[in-house]
Amino acid sequence: MKKILMKGNDAVAEAAIQAGCDLYFGYPITPQTEISEYLSLRMPEEGKVFFQAESEIASIYMVYGAAAAGKRVMTSSSGPGISLKQEGISYLASAELPAVIVNMSRGGPGLGNIQPSQSDYFQAVKGGGHGDYKVIVLGPSTVQELVDLTYLAFYLADKYRNPVIILGDGMLGQMMEPVVFNKPDFPPLPAKDWAITGKDGRERQYILCFDLDPRGLEQFNNKIFKKYQKIEQEEIRYEVFGEDKPEMLLVGYGTVARILKSVVREAKDLGIRLALLRPITLYPFPSAIIQKLAQQAGRVFDVEMNMGQMVEDVKLAVNGAVPVHFYGRSGGMIPSVEDTLKRIRDILGK
Amino acid sequence: MQTVFERPKTLINQPFRYCPGCNHGLAQRLIAEVIDELDIADKTIGVGPVGCSVYIYECLDVDFVMGAHGRAPATATGIKRALPGRMVFSYQGDGDIAAIGTAEIVHCAVRGECISAFFINNATFGMTGGQMAPTTILDQRTTTSPRGRKQDEAGFPFKLGEMLAVAEGSAYIARVALTKPQLIKKAKQAIKRAFLTQQAGLGFSLVEILSPCPTNWALPPLEAVQWLEKNIIPIYPLGEIKVKEGVPDAR
Ligand SMILES: Cc1ncc(C[n+]2csc(CCOP(=O)(O)OP(=O)(O)O)c2C)c(N)n1
Ligand code: SF4
Ligand SMILES: [Mg+2]
Repeated sequence: MKKILMKGNDAVAEAAIQAGCDLYFGYPITPQTEISEYLSLRMPEEGKVFFQAESEIASIYMVYGAAAAGKRVMTSSSGPGISLKQEGISYLASAELPAVIVNMSRGGPGLGNIQPSQSDYFQAVKGGGHGDYKVIVLGPSTVQELVDLTYLAFYLADKYRNPVIILGDGMLGQMMEPVVFNKPDFPPLPAKDWAITGKDGRERQYILCFDLDPRGLEQFNNKIFKKYQKIEQEEIRYEVFGEDKPEMLLVGYGTVARILKSVVREAKDLGIRLALLRPITLYPFPSAIIQKLAQQAGRVFDVEMNMGQMVEDVKLAVNGAVPVHFYGRSGGMIPSVEDTLKRIRDILGK
Repeated sequence: MQTVFERPKTLINQPFRYCPGCNHGLAQRLIAEVIDELDIADKTIGVGPVGCSVYIYECLDVDFVMGAHGRAPATATGIKRALPGRMVFSYQGDGDIAAIGTAEIVHCAVRGECISAFFINNATFGMTGGQMAPTTILDQRTTTSPRGRKQDEAGFPFKLGEMLAVAEGSAYIARVALTKPQLIKKAKQAIKRAFLTQQAGLGFSLVEILSPCPTNWALPPLEAVQWLEKNIIPIYPLGEIKVKEGVPDAR
């Protein structure tokens, strides 16, 4: 397989095509617009549908319709646009419709700015929209992983009939790295016999997103939470990097994890043993391994490009067993290797 | 013996949930009759609203996607783009289509999306208990315009049909009422022409159906019909608002 140099946004778009995305609905917003631009050129070449909607609200409900029709569908946006999609994401979860949603997140709140940020973590993993539901959230940290997780996102969406969010950031979307497009052979998926395609001789079918009877809705919520339980058992993915028997466990995802890898290497030169736990799935969250490694290391240092969001999940995982420290940069600022290392040395007294 | 009247095949045999005198049931029956006459039940997909007719999927024997308040035109677009050969219609109330979902229906019309929208205008938010809608007429009392809708506070009644007629992409737009047998006949013809417009690939079609909401208008069913004739129809004149060249006749 040939390596090619590609921008993150373009790579996601190409991977979506290769993953069999039938329709894409978008609306321009920096720093992810190249996804739309790329697909506007490439989807028609493949006999697939590219469509620029009048808003993010419209685009997520176009996704909803096309997913209900049994197709593989994707939309992408950033910050404010993802906020507008949240009602629709809740509806997708409620209707159990598979769809892939890319968030190349940017600085917030409000219009914020167009610099990379991880401040949409809560929104992505805690629901974002209204009601009891979960969205599978994948946190790539390289352009290659953007590609690989895009393949995976389409597969998981269909496997669980659930929306999947790829939570990147403006840095990953805009950076260029060499990538290989190597779509894995995923296990076969069940036929979408639930799809709304017109009766054509069969009994009529419908897709619902409500149950006005509270007993019925509770039953439904119990059913989807069984599904989430299965996801939590089977789909956790993470990477462990660095020294064994570390003095401190670092936790960070996405762009931050790249920085933390440099921190681990530089610390080693200083005689400081660090290990990094990088969640790849942000929901389901790799709590068990974090708990285990945290206890071995004796302390945890969580770094994010926000004011402290994933650190809450890290603390839940650690459950008070060891101290959890946090360092975050916000508003589109990126933690530097030096600053991070300095804080680690201060905590360790080295 | 000759059968002159029977339940359309596409109308599922079960009681409607609507209040006495509500026209949601009648409108849905007409849609069912047209689907039967055009023999399109097998390839038709309905998109439901949020409002009193949220149970429409229980009434019509076609595939349905139920979605969010006001977003049926976007959902229908997604379905139509995914399955271009299918007949796709949305069924929406005035709160759904002319308040929260205005952007979606306008862009559907502007694009000339080949879907048909059936719009039940009862000049109020029925399901939530009779609040003022953009379609509420001046001086009409609702639970959120207790002194009557005043133009200086709440603006004018929203004439969606006329507005969408301006869009190049709209091909067929009509406004009908169901208060008399002749009008019911005309309404059915309009619904048929909307579907035929879609079938011919001519663009967007919409039929606005004026309908009483006796419960929220606080009128007995018959008086509600009379009130509609006297007060609503003069503001929302009946007839075909736009018929693009080539729109087939409803024969
Ligand atoms: C986002 C959102 N906002 C508000 C509501 C509450 N709501 C439900 S139905 C409705 C209005 C329905 O009025 P209309 O569309 O005119 O339908 P009708 O019941 O009159 O047929 C509203 C505001 C909702 N379900 N979703
Ligand atoms: S409240 Fe009004 S719109 Fe709703 S069912 Fe009753 S009459 Fe019909
Ligand atoms: Mg209404």
